Amino acid sequence: MVTEKDVQHIAELADVGISSGELGTFTHQFNEILEYFDTLDTVKGDAAPARDLYNVMREDETEPSLPREEVLRNAAAQEDGFIRAPRVM
Amino acid sequence: MAEGEVIVGLEVHCQLDTKSKLFCGCSTDYRSDGPNTHVCPICLGLPGAMPVLNKRAIEYAMRVAKALNCAVLHESEFSRKNYFYPDLDKAYQITQYDKPLAEGGYLEIEGDEGGEKRVRLTRIHVEEDPGRLVHMGNAERGRYSLVDYNRAGIPLIEIVSEPDMRSPREARKFLNKLRATLEYLSVFDSDKEGSLRVDANISIKGSERVEVKNITSYKGVEKALTFEITRQKNMLRRGQRVERETRHFLEARGITQSARSKEQEHDYRYFPEPDLRPLRVGSWVDGIVLPELPDARRERFMAQYGCSLNHARTLTGELKLANFFEKVVAPDPKGLSALAATWIADTLIGELNYRDMGLDAVDPGSFTMLVRLLKAGTITDKSGVEVLRVILDQRLRHETPEKPAEIVARLNLARTGGDTGAITAAIEEAINENPKALEDYRAGKAGALNFLVGQVMKKTRGRADPAELNRQLAEAIRKRGA
Amino acid sequence: MTETSIVFEPEDRYHAFLTVCDRPVHAGGKLAGVTVAVKDNISTRGIETTCASKILRGYVPPYDAHVVELLRHAGAAIAGKTNMDEFGMGTTTENSAFGPTLNPRDTGRVPGGSSGGSAAAIAGGMVRMALGTDTGGSIRCPAAFCGIVGLKPSYGRVSRYGLIAYANSLEQIGPMGKTVTDVSTLMQVIAGYDRHDSTSHNKPYTHTPCVDIKGLKIGIPDEYFGEGVDPSVAAVVRKAIGRLEELGATTVPCSIPSMAYALAAYYVTCTCEASSNLARFDGVRYGPAADIKKPWHEAFQEVRRAGFGTEVRRRIMLGTFALSSGYYGKYYAKAQVARENVRKDFRRIFADVDVIAGPTMPTIAFRLGEKSDPLSMYLADILTVPANLAGIPAISVPCGTAAGMPVGLQIMGRHLEDERVVDVAYAYEQAVV
Repeated sequence: MVTEKDVQHIAELADVGISSGELGTFTHQFNEILEYFDTLDTVKGDAAPARDLYNVMREDETEPSLPREEVLRNAAAQEDGFIRAPRVM
Repeated sequence: MAEGEVIVGLEVHCQLDTKSKLFCGCSTDYRSDGPNTHVCPICLGLPGAMPVLNKRAIEYAMRVAKALNCAVLHESEFSRKNYFYPDLDKAYQITQYDKPLAEGGYLEIEGDEGGEKRVRLTRIHVEEDPGRLVHMGNAERGRYSLVDYNRAGIPLIEIVSEPDMRSPREARKFLNKLRATLEYLSVFDSDKEGSLRVDANISIKGSERVEVKNITSYKGVEKALTFEITRQKNMLRRGQRVERETRHFLEARGITQSARSKEQEHDYRYFPEPDLRPLRVGSWVDGIVLPELPDARRERFMAQYGCSLNHARTLTGELKLANFFEKVVAPDPKGLSALAATWIADTLIGELNYRDMGLDAVDPGSFTMLVRLLKAGTITDKSGVEVLRVILDQRLRHETPEKPAEIVARLNLARTGGDTGAITAAIEEAINENPKALEDYRAGKAGALNFLVGQVMKKTRGRADPAELNRQLAEAIRKRGA
Repeated sequence: MTETSIVFEPEDRYHAFLTVCDRPVHAGGKLAGVTVAVKDNISTRGIETTCASKILRGYVPPYDAHVVELLRHAGAAIAGKTNMDEFGMGTTTENSAFGPTLNPRDTGRVPGGSSGGSAAAIAGGMVRMALGTDTGGSIRCPAAFCGIVGLKPSYGRVSRYGLIAYANSLEQIGPMGKTVTDVSTLMQVIAGYDRHDSTSHNKPYTHTPCVDIKGLKIGIPDEYFGEGVDPSVAAVVRKAIGRLEELGATTVPCSIPSMAYALAAYYVTCTCEASSNLARFDGVRYGPAADIKKPWHEAFQEVRRAGFGTEVRRRIMLGTFALSSGYYGKYYAKAQVARENVRKDFRRIFADVDVIAGPTMPTIAFRLGEKSDPLSMYLADILTVPANLAGIPAISVPCGTAAGMPVGLQIMGRHLEDERVVDVAYAYEQAVV
């Protein structure tokens, strides 16, 4: 099953923080749920077949874009029309 | 394959030239507009927005698949590639993973060893472009990033080759041929900045493979590969191991640099995109009518216009160039082809490159006129070059260029075929002013006559024909007697 | 279209609403003057939409969900946004970041979830109709717990454009109402093709409910009356089915063996899809700001730890794990096979019967705070998830009480036969009225 270290790693992969206080409980609950997921191991059958709709496409036509104020309205910070974000190394 | 042999594979991303984006109706014509002005809930990744596939993007990709001899999959689908980055607004890119549009195929290029070489392809698929990041700030004030989502959602076609190339030169040829093919198919506009991006995989036989990302120009590919191959060979020579890694190409410095190791551990957690439906477009292949492609056009140029293989290859290497040539010779193909081919392939291209100008700067009609003047012998080759340069420089200064005939008249470049007086005078002057050259010539020294020819050319501002001058000077000297 | 506004000032003793629109405008049309509440995971232009999460506090969408546009065109007055489990993850509405909603029938109990706010708004008499969403039972559960009617439409019958996604392949927006007629009327407005939703079917809903079910064949699955279902709940539902038989229907016992995998298949699928859908919440384009002074990954993690509740983080991590390198075949791929088995079982059963009937939930509404263990909470969805896995329509209609609390009768039908399940519910409702 998964260890606290595994759970810490998953939290980083998913970029959701979990505090050290939560780690123990999370790991315990995680394992309980994963054990339940393991019932799928004995599923028999073919891979899911074709879905019911195919080739759902639209014509190459332009539609109006959002006015820039709308695009920026919910953004926390903007500069000269760009949206500000924390730096990537 | 010999030990120490270079092995190169390329992954090429090209923006498809559709009117609207891949999954929404935002216009793709964003380059001259301000940031975040070509954005809607879908390409901005607002919660609740859903993608709808652009049919033309698939039609274009199918054209490419057919032209490159790929096998279109019976059923293909889109998948999510999950990773976090500010320019990826949904935190996943909609791409194709285990069920791409097409597989296999090949592109024929001029091999290093001469003759045609077939570079095999692995697959072709369609995906969306992320947004664009600008890095700002400095160490004191704090660094941050600015994001522009205009580019987010632009349709891309990704073409992956097998590691069949053996040198930077072959890689450049592959890229050029691919670019030309996509232009001929009318699915790609190579003039658009950033419309083509390349990742390269390079290894020396027996060693690990290195991926070089972020190559954004054709010249950059050859530079990046040359640097990287040298780097790897040097390491091997020193007895060091080449690490399997991802590196970035820094164009300005012409070097590759190791990317942060965190990038290599990316687990993209691919799964099929639940908001889109699968594609079954194998039946479209038969209905696709391909236009004349570069190889066929090359053959036709040789057959129809009598071009040499080299000229034909050069002229058909870019769609605009091939169209330009045919427009120039259209009024009189038989009469103009030979000269036009030479002048376009051997002179015009060079002059344009030198000035960093595109073919749009030259009016085909004007060029036809220039070729006619040259053919008629009205001007010498040297004058022809001068006329061309005047036209191009006028363009550079944003002036309306004169017609070739106007320039010839204004600068008095017409060959003085009838004006023997001026030439005779110039010849006499040249001989009189350079007695030593005369002596050298009579003594049989090579180069003396050429020197005198040069003097006459200077005096007549190049209007006299050098070959003719040779004859005339020799005659004039002979006439002077002992 | 002339618009007028009405006054909407509900006495919201149950915390059903997160946002109240006290002067909603309305116009002419099928829903002229009708106040309709909208669950807070459905985008409404100009009205804050939070999914009951701190990470979307202050987010005002610049566009309407397709169904909201349809409501407006039908003249409805959008009464406000209702409370829910954060991002739809829960069965009780206790997972809301802004406090739980109470069950109007017993304020010491939960209203069900995740559309608990919409159900309470109706059961509490504040509105007649509301939109909810159903991923694993989130319309039907609160409908059963609060004693109202709720329909999960066939997958693809109602556009999801504008629904803030939790699990794209499972969820549907659906109508909730005081009566079956209310639900059917609302369905007329919201169902139908939307070119913005690539999973949308072209099948408008123009039905008026009909009471005649003579000759109808009803399948009664063993698994819906077996262990795990409260005997008093089972008894009430059996009595209701008996009423249907009096109206001319016949019952046929049947079995859905694939139900043994249904819950695992559901939770694997929804957590995987959710882990991807919720990755976009980074505090850059919307939501509480990311700290620009920190580097990207650090800022990103901080925003998400502060903004997402415990259950949401748990499901994101489960989904991330299940999709991670090496595990796709074990979990997600297997879950889709299990889903296909569920579809096959339903197709087999529907060859012999027209609808399937059983309890909506295995128990009555829990007490507030009663279900603290995640896994035991997940197990409560066992009777509702099969319809989501198979994409078939399912309705819950009140059919009596057990220990004083409402019990829901669930009717499921073939894909795209929503009209028929509505009719069965209507026939029962009218027979006991």
